[in-house]
Amino acid sequence: MADASVVNERRATSAALNFLRRYAALTALIVLLAFNFAVTPHFASFQTLNVNLTQVATIVIVSVGMTLVIATGGIDLSVGSLMAIAGALAPLIFLSPFGVAHPALGDALAFVVPVAAAGLLGGFNGWFITRFKVQPIVGTLVMFIAGRGIGQVVTNGNLQVFHNPAFQFIGLGRVFGVPFQVIVMLVLVALAAWAIRRTLFGRYILAVGGNERAARLAGVPVNRVKRWVYAISGLCAGIAGLVVVSINSSSDANLVGLGMELDAIAAVAVGGTPFTGGQASVVGSLIGALLIQLLRYTLLANGVPDAAALVVKGAIIAGAVWSQQRGKRA
Amino acid sequence: MSVQSETPVRHKQPGWIAWGGQQRVLIALILLILFGALRYDHFLGAFNVLSVLRYNSMFALTSLGMCFVIMTAGIDLSVGTTAACASVVSALLSPYGLVPGLLGGIGAGALVGVVNGYMVTRMKILPFIATLSGMLMASGVGLLLAHNQSVSVSYDTDFVWLGQGDLLGLPVPAWLAGAAYVYGSVTLNFTSFGRYALAVGGNEEASRLMGLPVDRILFWTYVQSGVTAGLAGVILASQFGAGQPAEGVGWELFSIAAVVVGGTLLTGGVGSVATTLIGVLLLGLIFNVLNFENGLGWISLSAYWQSVVRGVFLMVVVMAGSGPAMRKLRTA
Amino acid sequence: MIGRALELAKMTSAKPLLVMRDIEKRFQGVHALAKASLEVEPGEIMALVGQNGAGKSTLIKVLTGAHGRDGGSIDFDGKPVAFGSPQEAQRGGVSTIYQEINLVPFRSVTENIFLGREHRRFGLLNWPRMNAEAAELLRRFAVEIDVRRPLMEFSTAIQQMVAIARAVSFKAQLVIMDEPTSSLDDREVGVLFDVMRRLRAEGVAVIFVSHRLDELYQVCDRVTVMRDGRTIMVSPMAEVDKLQLISAMLGRDLETVRSHATGFSAAAGAAGEEVLSAEGLRIGRRVRDGRLEVRAGQIVGLTGLLGSGRTETARAIFGADPPDAGSIRLMGKPVDPREPATAIALGVGYCSEDRKADGIVPDMSVRENITLAILPRLVAMGVVDETRQRAIVAKFMKRLAIKASSSEQKIRELSGGNQQKALLARWLCADPRLLILDEPTRGIDVGAKAEIQSLIRELANQGLGVLMISSELEEIVEGADRVFVLSDGRTVADLPHEQATAAAIMAAMAHEGAPLEDAGTTGENANG
Repeated sequence: MADASVVNERRATSAALNFLRRYAALTALIVLLAFNFAVTPHFASFQTLNVNLTQVATIVIVSVGMTLVIATGGIDLSVGSLMAIAGALAPLIFLSPFGVAHPALGDALAFVVPVAAAGLLGGFNGWFITRFKVQPIVGTLVMFIAGRGIGQVVTNGNLQVFHNPAFQFIGLGRVFGVPFQVIVMLVLVALAAWAIRRTLFGRYILAVGGNERAARLAGVPVNRVKRWVYAISGLCAGIAGLVVVSINSSSDANLVGLGMELDAIAAVAVGGTPFTGGQASVVGSLIGALLIQLLRYTLLANGVPDAAALVVKGAIIAGAVWSQQRGKRA
Repeated sequence: MSVQSETPVRHKQPGWIAWGGQQRVLIALILLILFGALRYDHFLGAFNVLSVLRYNSMFALTSLGMCFVIMTAGIDLSVGTTAACASVVSALLSPYGLVPGLLGGIGAGALVGVVNGYMVTRMKILPFIATLSGMLMASGVGLLLAHNQSVSVSYDTDFVWLGQGDLLGLPVPAWLAGAAYVYGSVTLNFTSFGRYALAVGGNEEASRLMGLPVDRILFWTYVQSGVTAGLAGVILASQFGAGQPAEGVGWELFSIAAVVVGGTLLTGGVGSVATTLIGVLLLGLIFNVLNFENGLGWISLSAYWQSVVRGVFLMVVVMAGSGPAMRKLRTA
Repeated sequence: MIGRALELAKMTSAKPLLVMRDIEKRFQGVHALAKASLEVEPGEIMALVGQNGAGKSTLIKVLTGAHGRDGGSIDFDGKPVAFGSPQEAQRGGVSTIYQEINLVPFRSVTENIFLGREHRRFGLLNWPRMNAEAAELLRRFAVEIDVRRPLMEFSTAIQQMVAIARAVSFKAQLVIMDEPTSSLDDREVGVLFDVMRRLRAEGVAVIFVSHRLDELYQVCDRVTVMRDGRTIMVSPMAEVDKLQLISAMLGRDLETVRSHATGFSAAAGAAGEEVLSAEGLRIGRRVRDGRLEVRAGQIVGLTGLLGSGRTETARAIFGADPPDAGSIRLMGKPVDPREPATAIALGVGYCSEDRKADGIVPDMSVRENITLAILPRLVAMGVVDETRQRAIVAKFMKRLAIKASSSEQKIRELSGGNQQKALLARWLCADPRLLILDEPTRGIDVGAKAEIQSLIRELANQGLGVLMISSELEEIVEGADRVFVLSDGRTVADLPHEQATAAAIMAAMAHEGAPLEDAGTTGENANG
């Protein structure tokens, strides 16, 4: 009897540990929030919330697409470059003579065309990877290198400065006090989370990533699914690119989205989507991005230099992935 | 005892077809140089050749370390920020002389490599994630040491000779990179470590069954990559007169591209040090040729085309590579 | 050959090289090996045969230290041994050549031979010496190749020679070959056999695992037959005929196959229209002339020894690996399926033999796995109608009695039998007209087995055409309304239910294709 209760107790503790490991990111986020409420001055304010959410929004938007790509067992290094292309195209459109002459139509096109272009280039990634059976890292490395160049070429590398409130609503506007890009972010997260759970496409993504051979034998159009996830990743990157240039009131193809691919991958990794594919947690990626952002904020707000925050961020990524692996194995 | 077994030899095809990727990049490099030499007056002039060598030696070094890591089917995303971090360390140590600056930078790089290697072999974290984490940490440490700004090197010692000096008519960085490539080539071809690295990348399971020390090999490839990136950082500091904590962005992906262009497969098991150097030079010369083209004044291609051209070039290489060698890989 | 075997039998009193006695091995309480034994003389080629799951590979893994043992003794070269790992066994003189060659394809032949113990000079690798030794080593097997070229440029047979050369260079006294001929053509097999004979001549013993019985007669001195984790028979090769071997492997007396040992009820009435016919199928090296016909309401059994091309035939019909030649008609229409999706659209379902690799999507729920193939039909505007999905899943889980904590449980957590039922449900809910079942009851406990079998009959009675691949004779004899027997990639028999007795099927299996008989003669000549 006594032995049994000891065993049960151990089991309970190990179950709790497992839970903590598996939901490491969420747990860490909660701990971090609690810490901030207790220690950081003025933390419990709408202002703080908005600042953090605004800064994290673009990373989350890109992570949504990245999560889908990683769920098929792939990876997309080109997102930062696609952001640069979208960011470069938008001002070109609404600053063009046509855009100035027809502001409404110009602004609408400035939304649609860049995002569509980014989506198409993403689709190209998918085509390249499936057609030539190239590893996703190499396949998207092509667009990583060429994409930023395309953005620089169309703007001739110039900084485009603009003031266009209608267009910039996507980055600066507020709805009931909530920054518009945060709403975009939440909508995309919700949409993707729903799509993965409920739609044919979502189920196909997980089936392809979970067991590609079995999926093919069950009639799943594997290559088509892959092409679409890269296209969607491109669309998300395009939207994020527009948000960034709107916030900056300027577009610099050299800088927009620089390093974004790694930020997004980090968010996905911390959020618990495994790189082997077959599982996707879009909400996890949101939590992962929030955790990385809040950690940085906490350190900065408490007087730790930004550079040290980078070190901690690196450690957090490794630690999160490591603990999730242990949680799974246990 | 047997009659029929005298001729079991079955050579499917001459080697140069399956392994043509290597020769093809060399031919491409020669064609590009010929094109430049015939079209532009000063392309093969001493000034141009020396500056191309001086500048590209840093990428050559990071690509060398990357090449070994990729041969083991891994990846090292940290080479760029490792170089940045090492440049800061060596700049800080430069007042004490050339040797402390050099060793300090290399040591900093090695340390990042040790951390990466530990995460990959002990914590069993995927190389992509492990070195992504190492990349952030190296960057953070570099910025911390440098207080977020560039750190001037000391001109009182001969530290800057490492980046700016010449030896026997060639830039010192080119000598350093050259020496590293000789070392790399010898290591790959004439030491067990090199062969084991290829074997582990080619078939990790078989390597374990053959009793190779798989984890130790992996660990040292990451340390080695840290060392070469550290050396690149020393050259960076010395060439530009300052430790640059914010440099190195995108170097890792450039290096991967150079390695891929050089015919090393990301799936591991195949690789060549020499062709990696060719890959670096090819990607570097594309930029150089575009500069000259603009100098001719006939067309005005902005320097930004270089990325596009490099990307397209990589794509063509990959498409060509998806031919015989890759197909063999899949059926093997 | 016979003389030699007798001579060897007499020598048995001499000191054997390897003695494994009363080996026991349990996996989670289940006996994989119970009282298994194996004896090998020096310079002898011992055949080791048995059905899948008979315990051959477990026995070998226990010997080489890949698995620990739960009982019994192993003496090697007169001393008791307990190798801790395959590497240790290799150092101790026991080398294994695996079915999937465990070498590094991109590296040169020399490297593959010397990896792990290179020759050095002045601290650097001594390539000239290693190349020379590698070439010399291979020349002993009459293999003349450029040893500096990557291994993958050579044929599978040569790659196997390299693996053997590596083993021999470790001073192996015993070489274990696990189905080395499965991917070789006849000529390559001949080369391999020569090498085996050379090894024997040098006093090296060989354990040869193969399912191709003709080959055993060509090269082996003795044979050990295993079944259900036990050693059933040890005999000089020349003293058993093929039929005896097969019946020992299958564990069936030639005359008496127990009736009603399976869950199949009596055969149904008349067959309906044709749902599948295939003629002259040629697929790679495994299938040379496959012929099949399935009618609605019929269970057609497809059987043959391992490696006879059964699975390859099924995959070709389903469009997973298109055939090189031959014609296929589905539902009366000539088709050329290049993708499974095409065959599925025509009403074909396929449950693969390898549930883990080709069947389940492990991290998905039972519900998702069951409906994977019919998802497009459950969709309105891209959204999966979960109400309908749940209804279908509930219906089939009940009908097939799938035991899971709920339909939301991850399929990888289910037992093998329940996974198999879920995969059956995947196709049943698609309402197919032809269902291809590859080893539908392998690795499944007895109760679930009978359930699945009676379900298959019930489905056929309702008009479904079933093509059932099985290596279990009872399943074929009792379950199938018509039986096709494949041997070495050829359809060698087409038997109606009444004639499909165990004896007839085994006789058909034993009657292998003519070319192999020729090879057999060559082998004897070479030997004598």
